[in-house]
Parts: sequence; C-alpha cells; structure tokens
Amino acid sequence: MTSLTTRINTAVQAGRKAIIPFLTAGFPTKNDFFTHLEELDSNGADIIEIGVPFSDPAADGPVVEAASLKALEQGVTLQWIVEELTKRKGQYQAELVLMGYINPFYQYGFEKFAKDAADAGVSGLIVPDLPLDESGEFKKILKQHGIALISLIGLNTPKKRMQEYADNAEGYVYVVSYMGTTGAAVAFPPELKKTLTEAREVFNIPLALGFGIKEPKQLEPFGDAIDAVVFGSALITDIEEKGTAVPFMERWK
Amino acid sequence: MSKGYFGEFGGQFVAELLIPPLKELEDALENIVPSEAFQKEFSDYLKNYVGRESPLTHCPTLSTDLGFNLYLKREDLNHTGSHKINNVLGQALLAKHMGKKALLTETGAGMNGVATATAARALDMDCIVFMGAVDVERQSHNVRRMKLLGATVVPVEAGSKTLKDAINEALRFWIKKQATHHYCFGTAAGPHPFPTLVREFQSVVGKEARKQIIERTGALPHSVIACVGGGSNAIGIFSGFVDDCSVNLIGVEAAGTGEEGCTNSAPLCLGTAGILHGQKTMLLQDADGQIMPSHSIAGGLDYPGVGPEHAHLHHCGRAEYVKVNDMQTLHAFKALTRAEGIMPALESSHAVAYVLENKDKFPKGCNVIVNLSGRGDKDMDIVEQYTELFD
Repeated sequence: MTSLTTRINTAVQAGRKAIIPFLTAGFPTKNDFFTHLEELDSNGADIIEIGVPFSDPAADGPVVEAASLKALEQGVTLQWIVEELTKRKGQYQAELVLMGYINPFYQYGFEKFAKDAADAGVSGLIVPDLPLDESGEFKKILKQHGIALISLIGLNTPKKRMQEYADNAEGYVYVVSYMGTTGAAVAFPPELKKTLTEAREVFNIPLALGFGIKEPKQLEPFGDAIDAVVFGSALITDIEEKGTAVPFMERWK
Repeated sequence: MSKGYFGEFGGQFVAELLIPPLKELEDALENIVPSEAFQKEFSDYLKNYVGRESPLTHCPTLSTDLGFNLYLKREDLNHTGSHKINNVLGQALLAKHMGKKALLTETGAGMNGVATATAARALDMDCIVFMGAVDVERQSHNVRRMKLLGATVVPVEAGSKTLKDAINEALRFWIKKQATHHYCFGTAAGPHPFPTLVREFQSVVGKEARKQIIERTGALPHSVIACVGGGSNAIGIFSGFVDDCSVNLIGVEAAGTGEEGCTNSAPLCLGTAGILHGQKTMLLQDADGQIMPSHSIAGGLDYPGVGPEHAHLHHCGRAEYVKVNDMQTLHAFKALTRAEGIMPALESSHAVAYVLENKDKFPKGCNVIVNLSGRGDKDMDIVEQYTELFD
C-alpha cells in the first residue's frame, strides 16, 4: 500500500474526507508559491497536488490555464520544481503529488525524472493526457522509484475500462465529477452517483472527487461514496483575491 | 506496430474523458468508412459537390525554364478553394452516419473552418468553429464567410491566440459535447484515429494524381512535392506514391522569415520529438517541453507540430522534408501567377518555391508533381503588402 493510500485511509478512519488542495507551481510568484504551500500544509492538507505548468493545458479550464501561463512567464520549469522541492525535503507533513501534462516529463526523461522526483519526496504523479493505453512504460519506471501514477476516471468511463485501470491502480483514484475541464461552475450531474458506486466496486484504493469543487456542502449528497476531495481553481481564485490560502483551507475544517 | 502508431510516432495522448469518443470514431473508421453505402455516398459528394476529379495541369512556360516537366495537382479548383473539403465532407458524412447532430472544428487561416461550415450546410448539421483571436483579426474575410454559412465562430483568447490554442479549446469543448458533436479535425494530426481518418479522406488526391500522371506520361513521376503544415494535403498525395519506391516524396515546411533562429513552422527540419494535442510527433518546443510559437506567411502552415505519419516518413527516410522562407514563397506565388495564370495559395506556394529554387536537383526532362493544395485569392491582403512584387 502506498503512502498516499495510507494517508487517505487514516483520514477516513478519523471520520473525515482527506483534503487535497491543488496549486500551480510558482504561482503567483516563485517565492509566494512556497509561502502558500506551507499554508496548505499547516492548515489541514493531507496531500498537496502541485501543478507543473504547461503551455497547452487542454484538460484545464481558464483559471488553471492562466495560473500555468503566469508561472511559465516567471521561468518556472519542471527542473526548478524538482530542485526546490529537493531543498525542502522533509519540511512538509502532507504527501506531495505532481500534476502535469506528459510533454515536460518526456523531455526531462522518464527515468531521470522518476529518480529526481523520488529524491525530492514526491510520492505520486497525475498526468491528465496519459490514459491507460499510453501509460505502460512511464508507470513501470515510476513504480520502480516508489511513485504512484494516479488513475483518472470520468462519468463516461465504462465499468470494464475501470477494471483495466484497477488491475494496476495505485495511491488513489481521481474521479472527475462532470464532463468538462477544471474549475467549471456546474451542479454535479446525476450520473456521478452511479460512477462512484461502480468505482467503489471495482477499485480497492480510495476515491478522490475533483473538478468544480468549492465548498464542503457540495459533498453532502455523496456521504461515504468518496474518501477525499480535490480543489484547485476555486483555491487559486481565492488566493488571488486574498493573498493567502488560509481562509479557503478554513472552510474544510 | 502498436495501434495508432506510425513507427514511434502517433498514439492517443488525451484525457481519459476523450477515450470513449475516440473509440467510437475508431469503430466508425473500421466499420462505416469501408462500407459500400458510405463509399458510394462519399464518391457522389466528391464528384458532384466538390467537383472531382481535379485536373493535373502541365505548366508549359515554367517547364521550359526549368528543363523538366512541372505538373500541378489542382486541389485549388475544388469547391471552397482547397483540399480541405475532401476531408471535411468525409468526416461530416461519417458523423451523420454515427448519429451526431453537429460538427466542431478548429481553424487557423480559416480554410478548414470555411470548409467545415460548408459541409455542415450540405449535410444540414450545426457547426461551431474555434479560432485564435489573433487569427480572427487577421483572417476577417474567412470569419465572415463562416458566419454567412451559419457557423458559430468562437474567438480563443488563451495562450498565443492562434491555431494551437484553438485546438486546445476545441478539445475542451469536445469533452463536454461528445454525445452530440463530432470533432472534425482539420488536418492529419492529433490523437489516433484522426491521422489515419484524415489520410483516408485525402487519399483521393494521391490516387487521382497517380492515375493521371501514368495516363499522361506513361510512367511514375520523378518526384511528388507538397507543402506541410499539419500535413493533410501532403499525406493525401504521398499516400498514392508511398509504395512506389522510385518516386521521391518531398514535404516543404515553412521557414518563416528564414534567418537563423527566426520563428518558423518547420518542426520536421528544426524541431524535436515530443507530445502535443494527443500525438507523439516532431514539435517546436524548448528544452523544458513548452511549446513555442510558430510563424509563417501562410496561415495554413502556422502550427508548431506536424502529423505523426510525416514524423515517421521523415524518421525512416521514405520522404524528405525541406523548408522554404516567406520571401521565396512570395516570389513563387508571383512566378506561377504570371507564367501560367494560376494563383496559388501561399501554403501551396511553398511547394512551388522549392521546385523553382532547386531546379538543379531534378534531372532534365523528368516529370514532377506539385500538389497545388489551394488557391491564392484568400491571400490578396497579405500579398498586397509586398508592393515590390507588382512592379
């Protein structure tokens, strides 16, 4: 069982959902990013997803895309992220996961990245444009270095396909709450309950719900059907308004 | 070879949420496209709506100057003015067979947008076109054409506000609307099965050209030359000759203004392997894997990537890829117009320019085919900025 699974299970055993904030690396500035990372870490984050900026984030909505482009303008690179995390290794109580599109990892070199990321204390990776069929080589390398490649599933993922993911799934399963990109303001569609029920039957690792999540009351209809909650766009917008991540984290306590 | 790969290039690097509609399309490519009913209907549209077959025109004046025979495959004579309509009608018809109500697409210079909007009218479907805000500004004529054809044009304000950003936005929209909309991908690029599907619908260009040149000259040509942006016109004509080992296949990329280090659209000549828009291919990118902006005087070539089959043909050496700059292109535009009374699109002018600039590379008396992928009327606003051309 990976450290990510353990961390979520611990939260669930304590009668709560695990809290997984997402923040784009180097946002809003290289320095302030680490201030906010500490705020997330000391205000209840169980796992923190750090966004690796990419010029063409085709699965993201406008908030994450803007944050990503802002970070790139300031010279944020995957190498910088790995180096800065390595310097701070051991400072965070939360587990760290990197989330980004495949090309920067491909250019870095899969083998070198897996080694460097493991040395930097990264325990998981989410790659939105790396579906099951393309993930084999990278997943194998990551596993050798103890890094879990998180599976993403959506409302249109058939149960049979979930089963294919489940055969090698690690860490947690990221369930995308609606058919769209990150940060859209929509009500969850009725099919979500069915997807969560099927995912619970198929996977033996925790389920995290993400996309479009702003406040705890959105989760009420789902009860024990989910184990963790991911929020990104709403957090980024709140940080932009208030200059701090603390008020947003307070909502989840 | 794994599914959806051309050698080591291709694949299906998309969000899991797009896998079901891509699988649906793979099934349609396998089961609907080869069916007699579909082929009959498609052929009928190509003949009676597009105006195929397109002629293979010999260029007497230029041929005398060059010392070899230059033939043009006249895709510029198709309805809507370029080869784009072949693919778009095929995909629109397929979408109709799949039960889709609407088409979505991206466009750079606007030619694919106009062709898709046209096909949507022909088949009574709705149409939404994503177009970078910069392109909306500089191609306002085509925007007006699309609107007149009843399409919704969405300006994309993100990123560099050009074709690559329009593709990002189209992919995002498709996640939401996959149940009702078919993504009519405009070039032989993107995730599997688009590169194969688009080649299939453009292969008519190569089939006709092969038959025509043999009828006219009694032999295969020495070389077949086409411009390459995403690469759909090139893959269409190459597909007719790829198994004829004696025929040189030459793809011409856009070098931009041409000086060392300039912004260009030549990922095969100047780029590196990477992953963008669902495919592993050659890209213009920095060392960190961020995609760089592209440029060409020809909007239809202005893309930092290229279809994966071209990356493969380049890698294995079956086709040669070269580059031509903006000024060479403008000179070719003028030369063909003045010599033969045929005004080529600036995209196609790249392929013509390669021949004019490299005539020593072709044996005397040989036969060369250039795919004249589109007509130049759309480029008048750009060409008129170079007043020296009209002296």
